[in-house]
Amino acid sequence: MALIELAGVERVFQLGDSTVHALSRLDLSITAGEYVAIMGPSGSGKSTLLNLLGLLDRPDAGVYRLEERDVTMLSPDEQAAVRSRRIGFVFQSFHLVPRLTAAENIALPMMLAGIPAAERTTRVRQALKDFGLDQRADHRPDQLSGGQRQRVAIARATIMQPAVLLADEPTGNLDRATGDDVIHLLEALNASGVTLIIVTHDPKLGSRARRQLMMEDGLLKQDMVQV
Amino acid sequence: MRFPDVLRFARDAATGYPLRTSLSVLAMAIGVAAVVVLTALGDGARRYVVNQFSSLGTNLVIVIPGRSATGGFNPANAVTKTPRDLTTDDAASLTRLSSVQRVAPLLVGTSEISYGGRLRELVVAGTSSTYFDIRNFQIAQGKVLPDEDWNRAIPVAVIGEKIRDEIFGSQPAVGQFVRLGDRRVRVIGVLKPTGQGLGMNTDEVVFVPIALAQAMFNSNTLFRILVEARGRSHIDDAKLAVADQLKARHAGEEDVTVITQDAVLATFDKLLRALTAAVAGIAAISLAVAGILVMNVMLVAVTQRTAEIGLLKALGAQGRTIRHAFLAEAAMLSFFGALAGYLLGQLGAFALRQSFPVFPAYPPDWAVVAALVTALSTGLLFGIMPARRAAQMDPVQALMKH
Repeated sequence: MALIELAGVERVFQLGDSTVHALSRLDLSITAGEYVAIMGPSGSGKSTLLNLLGLLDRPDAGVYRLEERDVTMLSPDEQAAVRSRRIGFVFQSFHLVPRLTAAENIALPMMLAGIPAAERTTRVRQALKDFGLDQRADHRPDQLSGGQRQRVAIARATIMQPAVLLADEPTGNLDRATGDDVIHLLEALNASGVTLIIVTHDPKLGSRARRQLMMEDGLLKQDMVQV
Repeated sequence: MRFPDVLRFARDAATGYPLRTSLSVLAMAIGVAAVVVLTALGDGARRYVVNQFSSLGTNLVIVIPGRSATGGFNPANAVTKTPRDLTTDDAASLTRLSSVQRVAPLLVGTSEISYGGRLRELVVAGTSSTYFDIRNFQIAQGKVLPDEDWNRAIPVAVIGEKIRDEIFGSQPAVGQFVRLGDRRVRVIGVLKPTGQGLGMNTDEVVFVPIALAQAMFNSNTLFRILVEARGRSHIDDAKLAVADQLKARHAGEEDVTVITQDAVLATFDKLLRALTAAVAGIAAISLAVAGILVMNVMLVAVTQRTAEIGLLKALGAQGRTIRHAFLAEAAMLSFFGALAGYLLGQLGAFALRQSFPVFPAYPPDWAVVAALVTALSTGLLFGIMPARRAAQMDPVQALMKH
C-alpha cells in the first residue's frame, strides 16, 4: 500500500521575471516503512519536494495523496492538522525553542495538539528514556551538545507517533561521530516501522538508504532501490 | 492548544526577553499611573471645594441685596433707583415662613479692637444667635450671642480664636471689656478655630448683635440674610417663599437675589468633574501611546521569533493557535503594566495625601476602572495586528529565517 503518492506534481517559483521550475511533473510513490534518501545538488528541488511532502507547501499542479487521502488542496489549518498527527520533522539546525527545556521542547507538539498535561508528562518521560536523555530533561538547548540537541529534536518529531519522518540534512551541523549516532537512531526508528525520508547531499549518508532518489533541475533523475 | 498552555507559553515567551518586556510593561504602567494620579488630583480638588462649601452650613439659602443684572442696557435701567435696603425687619419676617427653620441677618464691616494697650483692625460681623446654629460654630469658652430682640444693641461680643490669642494672649478673655470702634463691649465667648470659611477667616472675626453693628456702622441695611431651610427637600420651597416674601415687602419689586448653596455647590461640582474628566482624557493619551508601544514590541517579537513560528507551524500549530499565543502575550504585557500602574498610581495618590493632608486626593472609581479597561483593550487591540501577521506567516519562508 502506498503511503505517499505524487502524480504529475509541479512547483513553480517566480523569481523576478524568470520562472523557475523547482519541481516539474514529478511522479513518486513511497510505501509505508520505506527508507528513502533524496539526493542532488543544491537547487535541484529536493528541499521543495520535502516541503511538499511535509505539507508545508502546496503544488501548483498534480495530486498528492497521503495514506490514500487527497491532501493536495487542503486549507492551511487542515494541513496543520495532518502535520500534527502524521508527519514528523527533523531539521539540520535542530530548531529547538531556546527558552524551553528539553522536556518542554519534546512536549511541544502534544501541547499544540491539546493533549492533557498528565498524558504529556508520561509520554515525555518515556521518550527521554528511549532517547537516553533522562539526565537532560531540564536542560535548555544551549546547555546541550549538538548530538543531544538533535536527539531532542528527533524525540519531538516522533512523540506524536507520525507515519512519516522527514529529515532535512539531519547530520549537517554535527561532527562525524555524533552524526553517525543520529543516523543510527533514525534508522532504528525506521526499523520499528516509521517511514523515513532523508534529504542530503552527502552521498555516503545517502547510500545507507535502501532507496535513493537523485534529483536534478526539478526532475527525478534516478530512482534506485538497493537489494 | 489548551488555554492554560497558551498562557504558560505566552508567559515563557514574555519572560524570555526581560528587557523588552519590562520596558513595555513600564510604558503601560506609566500611562495607567498618570490617569490614576491626575484624576486623584482633579477629584481631590472637587472634594476640597465641596467640603469648603459644606462647612458653610447645610440647607442654606442666601439672600443678597440687589438684583443680578439680566438683560442688557436699556434707557429704563438708567433711571431706576438703587435697590431698597435689606433690613432686619425683612429678615425677621422670613422666620414666619413654614419652610424656613432659622434666619440670621448679617452685617459686615471693619473696625478696631483694643484692650490693654493692644490694638488691631478686624472684621466685625453683626448677626444673631441663630447664625451660630446655622453655620455650626462651636464655642470654646463662654457662650454665643444671647437670643434677644434683634433691635436691642446689647454691648457683648463673641471673638474668634486668633483675635483672642493676639489681644489677650494667655489671659482669660471671657468677661473682659474691650473697646470696639467707639464702643465698650464685654467679651462673652470665644469660638473654636474653624479655619477658612469661603473668603472670611472666622478666626479673625468679632461677632456682635446685629443692632450694635448697625449702630457702629451707622447703617440700616444688611449684607446678607442667611436662611436655613427646614430640610433638604424644602430648599427650593424656601427659596421661592423667601423671594416672594421680600418682593411683597419691597412693594412688588424684585430687588434681592436669592441663591441656594446647593446651586453654587452643584455648579462647582459640575465644573470640577468636567476638569477631572478632561485631565483623565489627557492622561489617556499616554495609554494610547503605551498601546502602540505594545504593538511595536509585539511586531519585533514576531520578527524575532519568525523561525519559532515556522517551527510551531511545522509541528502542527494552526493559525488560530499562534494568533492566540501572541495575543495572550500582548494581553499579559498590558495586564501587568496596568496592574503595576494601578499600584504606582495609588502610591502616588497616597504620597499626595500624606504631603497635603487637607487635600483628599483619592482617584475616583470610574477613572481607575476606565484606565484599567483602556489599558487592557488598547494592549489587546494593538496586539491583534502582530498576532495576525504571525499567524499568516508562510511556514517554509519562516523556517528558513535563522
